[in-house]
Amino acid sequence: MNEKPFAITLDVGSSLANHTGSWRTERPLYVDRMPPCNHACPAGENIQKWLYLAEGGDYEGAWRMIMQDNPLPAVMGRVCYHPCQTACNRAQVDEAVGINSIERFLGDLAIEKGWSIEPPDHESGKHVLVVGAGPSGLSAAYHLRRAGHAVTVRDGAPMAGGMMRFGIPAYRLPRTVLDAEVARIAAIGVRFEFDAKVDDLERAIADGGFDAAFVAVGAHLGKRAHIPAGEASRILDAVSLLHDVELADEAHTTTPMLGRRVVVYGGGNTAIDAARTAKRLGASDAIIVYRRTRDHMPAHDSEVREAQEEGVQLRWLSTIAHVEPGSMRIEKMALDESGFPQPTGEFEELEADSLVLALGQETDLSLLDAIADITVDDGVVQVDERMMTGHAGVFAGGDMVPAERTVTVAVGHGKQAARNIDGWLRAEPFVHPPVPELAGFDKLNTWYYADAPHQVRAKLEAARRTSTFDEVVHGLDEQSAQFEARRCMSCGNCFGCDNCFGVCPDNAVIKLADGKYEFDYDFCKGCGMCVQECPCGSITMIPEEG
Amino acid sequence: MADTEHHVRFYQVGSFAVGNRLVPLELRSLQSDANRPNALTSGHRACQGCGEALGARYAIDAAVHGSDGQLVAVNATGCLEVFSTPFPETSWQIPWLHSLFGNAPAVASGMAAGLRALGKSDVRVVAQGGDGATVDIGFGCLSGMFERNDDVLYICYDNEAYMNTGVQRSGATPPAARTMTTQVAGPEPGNVFGQGKDVPRIAMAHEIPYVATATVADLRDLEAKVLRAMQIRGARYLHVLVPCPLGWGTASCDTITAARAATQCGIFPVFEAYDGEVTSSTPIRRQIPVEEYLRMQKRFAHLFKPRRDDIIDRLQAMADRNIARYGLLEQEVAS
Repeated sequence: MNEKPFAITLDVGSSLANHTGSWRTERPLYVDRMPPCNHACPAGENIQKWLYLAEGGDYEGAWRMIMQDNPLPAVMGRVCYHPCQTACNRAQVDEAVGINSIERFLGDLAIEKGWSIEPPDHESGKHVLVVGAGPSGLSAAYHLRRAGHAVTVRDGAPMAGGMMRFGIPAYRLPRTVLDAEVARIAAIGVRFEFDAKVDDLERAIADGGFDAAFVAVGAHLGKRAHIPAGEASRILDAVSLLHDVELADEAHTTTPMLGRRVVVYGGGNTAIDAARTAKRLGASDAIIVYRRTRDHMPAHDSEVREAQEEGVQLRWLSTIAHVEPGSMRIEKMALDESGFPQPTGEFEELEADSLVLALGQETDLSLLDAIADITVDDGVVQVDERMMTGHAGVFAGGDMVPAERTVTVAVGHGKQAARNIDGWLRAEPFVHPPVPELAGFDKLNTWYYADAPHQVRAKLEAARRTSTFDEVVHGLDEQSAQFEARRCMSCGNCFGCDNCFGVCPDNAVIKLADGKYEFDYDFCKGCGMCVQECPCGSITMIPEEG
Repeated sequence: MADTEHHVRFYQVGSFAVGNRLVPLELRSLQSDANRPNALTSGHRACQGCGEALGARYAIDAAVHGSDGQLVAVNATGCLEVFSTPFPETSWQIPWLHSLFGNAPAVASGMAAGLRALGKSDVRVVAQGGDGATVDIGFGCLSGMFERNDDVLYICYDNEAYMNTGVQRSGATPPAARTMTTQVAGPEPGNVFGQGKDVPRIAMAHEIPYVATATVADLRDLEAKVLRAMQIRGARYLHVLVPCPLGWGTASCDTITAARAATQCGIFPVFEAYDGEVTSSTPIRRQIPVEEYLRMQKRFAHLFKPRRDDIIDRLQAMADRNIARYGLLEQEVAS
């Protein structure tokens, strides 16, 4: 007998028996795309990832994530020109995330808390010579040491830092910060030898029994231009000026004499540093003379702005024709069609006590003279994609190779060289992992991001600032730093917002315990709603096979 | 900045996304819970990107939560009924009953009366149907349920036509939309202007305790409204806009995007009303012209080839009227 109710012939079943996944022609797939910030970082930091950790309050984890790529977070947070922020997708929503200020917060916190890096757990038995204790040399030494190699850093100066110490004024980078980050590198076993200028690299390698060398001696020679000058005119170069100021500070000797009115000739960051330093040394007027216009000035906007706030004057379209004690003759220029300045024949006198030349820097490459196979082109050493010179086992980076001359680029060179030196020493060439697709703005669904303003770093009052070498830009407090970190849109990388899990009409997204997700392809019909509603572009659709 | 703590907590996606790993569990949506009820489970036969399947799970999961799991549902005939229960399978993980196309409100009224007679006041009743069952076929029963103030939450999933039977016009189809029964022909192609019913406002005219509108584009709002409705006894009405990729001619991935566009141009106002009076509305966050909403739907494609500014302007005027009537932009300025 049929014991089922009237008109019912089958037991009730669940629709779970119906695998609607068979309808699919395309399937969703979780992907990690390349965030624009990471892509733009010359030091190759995984910015999105360390911001993710900072958002959740794991500051130490965030700091350690930075330290995987860059041993100088607190320095970076002050002197990096943050190309990451220029690339940041959030700039198209409201304002770029203040990545640099968060990095500084993390770097300072690490110093405050005394976080350190463990020495390597094995010794490779190889010994690498690093010439130059600037950002590139420090970076290479740190990464090589972490890979288990013995590292000796030699520098002609009495202290570490290179241009970070002898080029960047203390009001931008306090020396206590630099010292703390250098000390951390020394603490993992990097050996430093100061006042130990390497004059002949080949002999130094042979004498020391080194297996490889990384040369990063920077560009410390100020370029000279021939300017007709009367006797007793006071002309200095900016690099020497900044160097002398630094050493005077350390050695308590007298600072360079500049006079009341100082003219700085040039348009780069060094010119700005020199002018701001002149102000701090007591000059009543610091005037930057540049032959082109503001648009063409290589100096970074933020520094030009801060200099102007401090009362540094700028004279565009001018060259210096003649210098006499107490005054100089300026020729006015005009830009031609191709943007180059051309003389106009119009002159004027400018009262000035001294002239500081900031016309670029050159490298002293004499230590390489004895080595064959090294190509020097336009004053810089040619290297391949491994940062290796033409001479096997000799690598180079920083300001002495062709690249943009910034601290961050130098740090990136050091890391890149270290990975390749490590590969070269182990006879296993370093292979860069494939770079994923860029997470451009078109990949995002910005509806989901709450509107939030940028936390602007407080600045010292301009008037107070110019009289001292105190730090100009101050850091964020914890709350502001976390707030700022949470403005990150996590471009191209899942941040666990549950949108895919929520918007699937077929419940075909499984939420895993570790905050990750996976698709249930038994039921996913391939509608693509998860892709469309993913805020950060971390899901893509691919054609179904077969 | 005493308020900063509050704000910080809600970044980086605030309350717009389904979940937010940075906030405590109780501040996340019910749908973000890995153990949510999934009252409408997988394996149902709704089309790819079905707005109604999504809206029904959002709403019924919230109702399950709001009734402590003591929920029964009555379903009118329509897509939702057909795709969820092809004999002998069911996608429903709650007690669920289907009778006829037009009688769901009456069946629910009877259920509520029966439960009261049995003394089971903890068991709550929802009735649900599409716009055809609600606006047209079951309208008399619905009005009766309202005027008797029966203890039922009626949820209308509005996809603006009879989609299950092949996209025929309903009383909720917007003017100018192409359906099988409102073809693109004559001087005013598509559905005619001046017809159709605004059931949320009709429900308000019954002065029932609670009336609200919502969309699948704003999960938090939808969940909050269901939970508020479940705290009230008597007749309650929730009208949820659920885009239909098949009938609207939208891409299956664009269901939520289309619903969001409907709210951001003002053509679909999101509001709630107690005892017949509108008490709040959801302000437009990023206003768009109605044209942007129309362009993503093939059912309005005839408005752009050749371009019919006269018709687009009339639809924009409808959106503008909603913006004025419900204060969809004024609130934003005020806050």
